[in-house]
Amino acid sequence: MAAATPPAASPLAEPPHTTPSSSSRSYRVAVIGNPNTGKTTLFNALTGLSQHTGNYPGVTVESALGEFQQDDTQFEAVDLPGTYSLAPRAPDEMVAVSVLLGYGRGTLAPDVILCVVDATNLDRNLYLATQIIDVGRPVVIALSMVDLAQKQGIHIHIARLEKRLGIPIVPVQAAKRQGLDQLRLALRNAVHKPVPPRPVAFPQAFTDEVDKLTQALAENNGHSGGHSGHTAHAAHLAHPAHPALPRFLVERLLIDAGGMIERGLARERGEWIRIQTQTARQRLADAGIPLPQMEVDSRYEWIAQVVEKAQEAKDTAPPFQHNLQNWQNLQSWRNWQNLSDRLDHIVTHKVWGLIVFLAVMGVTFQSIFSWALPLMDGIDGVFSAMGTWVGGTLSEGPLQSLIVDGLIGGVGAVIVFVPQIAMLFGLIAILEDSGYMARAAFLMDRLMAGFGLSGRSFIPLLSSFACAVPGIMAARTIENRRDRIATIVIAPLMSCSARLPVYVLLISAFIPAQTVWGVVGLQGLVLFSMYILGLIVAPPIAWALKRTVLRGETVPFLMELPPFKMPAWRVILFRMYDRSMAFLKRAGTIILATTIVVWALSYYPNHDRAAAQFEARRAAVSAQERQQLDHAQASIRLRESYLGQAGRAIEPFVRPLGWDWKIGMATLASFPAREVIIAALGTIYNVGGGLNEESLELRDAMRAERWADGRPIYTPVVAVSIMVFFALCCQCGATLATMKRETNSWGYPAFTFVYMTSLAYLGALAVYQIGSRLAG
Amino acid sequence: MKTLADLTPDEQGCIHSITGADGLAQRLAELGFTTGQTVQVVRCAPFGDPMQIRIRGFHLALRRQEAQRVRLAPQ
Repeated sequence: MAAATPPAASPLAEPPHTTPSSSSRSYRVAVIGNPNTGKTTLFNALTGLSQHTGNYPGVTVESALGEFQQDDTQFEAVDLPGTYSLAPRAPDEMVAVSVLLGYGRGTLAPDVILCVVDATNLDRNLYLATQIIDVGRPVVIALSMVDLAQKQGIHIHIARLEKRLGIPIVPVQAAKRQGLDQLRLALRNAVHKPVPPRPVAFPQAFTDEVDKLTQALAENNGHSGGHSGHTAHAAHLAHPAHPALPRFLVERLLIDAGGMIERGLARERGEWIRIQTQTARQRLADAGIPLPQMEVDSRYEWIAQVVEKAQEAKDTAPPFQHNLQNWQNLQSWRNWQNLSDRLDHIVTHKVWGLIVFLAVMGVTFQSIFSWALPLMDGIDGVFSAMGTWVGGTLSEGPLQSLIVDGLIGGVGAVIVFVPQIAMLFGLIAILEDSGYMARAAFLMDRLMAGFGLSGRSFIPLLSSFACAVPGIMAARTIENRRDRIATIVIAPLMSCSARLPVYVLLISAFIPAQTVWGVVGLQGLVLFSMYILGLIVAPPIAWALKRTVLRGETVPFLMELPPFKMPAWRVILFRMYDRSMAFLKRAGTIILATTIVVWALSYYPNHDRAAAQFEARRAAVSAQERQQLDHAQASIRLRESYLGQAGRAIEPFVRPLGWDWKIGMATLASFPAREVIIAALGTIYNVGGGLNEESLELRDAMRAERWADGRPIYTPVVAVSIMVFFALCCQCGATLATMKRETNSWGYPAFTFVYMTSLAYLGALAVYQIGSRLAG
Repeated sequence: MKTLADLTPDEQGCIHSITGADGLAQRLAELGFTTGQTVQVVRCAPFGDPMQIRIRGFHLALRRQEAQRVRLAPQ
């Protein structure tokens, strides 16, 4: 049934079978569907570990890409953002439309479209499916949640549905890997099939207006002004300035008043398009065909007929004639539904909801702290052993110092944090995939509205706790540009996973492991406070932006609340793996490069003016004192290195924060990527005499740091001052670059950099000045 | 005319029409807010806004301001 031939097959039903030879091209598959249909789970199941983030040809925003194979046919798949309709109003919907149509410079249309349809929600999902068929490419439907639908008493007659839609439908259960072979086969067969006819018919008057508009667009396809005289006409037709618009786009232009297509075309080709479409809409309205109502009504009327035929039983009462199995299914579904409703009742409750929210966040951060620590210590041990071994094997000199102090002591110190990063991404993925995130957004909407945003902004902000880069990209789902930009600008204030290593290092070294109020660990509490800090600072910034540069009308808030479900473990594990690899890649590139620079600056010029003096003293003392002399010599060398010289120059600026020049320089070095501070401190302390110590562990080196008068440099107050600086500062090149790409301007990233750096400095200053006085 | 915003939790109504023809009206219609369709209020968030409603078997969160655009047929 999966590969059923469309009933309306044209004479081209048996296409010339182009045998994909060894050098054959692979086929492009675009995966699309409503949000919460299991689309990403299916995409993961199809593409497996070949999945990666990248740019689909011609599209400037990043999407998930991957490959898979069926027999001798190779497929390249792109996971398009979830959408309810192809009437683009948000940038991510525009991306979906451009990819499906192959519209835009260099964008290649897919060879086949895979549309994921949720069986429990057939009406709304078929709305999108009928639009997708209208695009005019081969389409295959993957019917998801069939098991859940059966439990709800919905039985779908797939063959009938296939016949009405004219395209193959394959039931799948991606999490259980069922139906994938049939799906791949259907995709392979569909590539060579003729395009299915459009299922839903529109009134003739509308079709005529589309024809007129198409002609007007072709005739004015010369200069952007479009008001050219008749003489230039022929030349324009021969040399069109723009590619011809696909019919689907002309329809969208006409239907979606003020939509992204209309705005884009008016900008590109002139305001006359707006005027022309408005008059066309008016003519249709006068003829009793109001837009956009006509499209919605036509599609839903058609869907109602089809679904009635295809859904044999949608009864929720357990009828006698149903067999026991079905009845039990229905019961178990009801139990689950009850549970989901009750859960919903609690997590969206006025008081309980808020308590649950805080508890979920608190447990998340506390568990990251305590569960990942043993793993970290293990990795740390491996690096320490490596350092000792290399230190003993290589002879003393620049190479030994580069490897031991720079690479192992620096980059190694960052890699230690992989377990925590993986856990944080895993926990956030669980919150998203279970459906909790949407509840949190529902709960927070009122609060967010208070400073000019909506619950919609909440999800990008919460995922920024993992990393601001996907968080900023998630803001694409916000339709309104002003809201989107305000969200993007405050997203980097959320404490991301790259800050976590900084917090963990400082907390574990300098915050005592006591409990307060009997149950709460002080270390976990400090960590939690760092996360809260960004949440407290962000709202006033958003509020100020929305009152000034981003002022405008309140935007509507519409958000689906999907039923609670068990998270798909494959999706969670894949996310953890993927993000850990991305972190390791960062460690191998930007962090490595910065560390080498820091190492070189702290190692050279390597004058040893006092060397002779030290040698003479060395001869006269015992082995233990000799080690102290080594330390003293190394620290003099470090002070006279380029880094040391620069450090002393900036020291007056960081002293008010309670920092010495080493912390100042390490912080300065970490502006490209904040984790670099750990690598930089590791390198600086190692070059400055850590080499002969029994442990390469950074924490011990930091605890041993002293001012000239013997006071320890790192006190709890200094540790908090550093953490507050890192919590508020925008030390991330990737974030700024993503911001530039998503807002299409350097203005917002520049603004973000300036306001966050200022906040960070002032915050750290306040902590040290007030804290050190309170501490006496 | 009564709107979706006038309903209290667990109350339901039948959609008459949607006010306006802007992006919001279109999005509501696309989600299945069509004439004759039943909508039910499930609950309201703390402070009464937004509200959670059920339509065509799924749940949706929307603010009162949006709900006022959904006009209900007289009972």
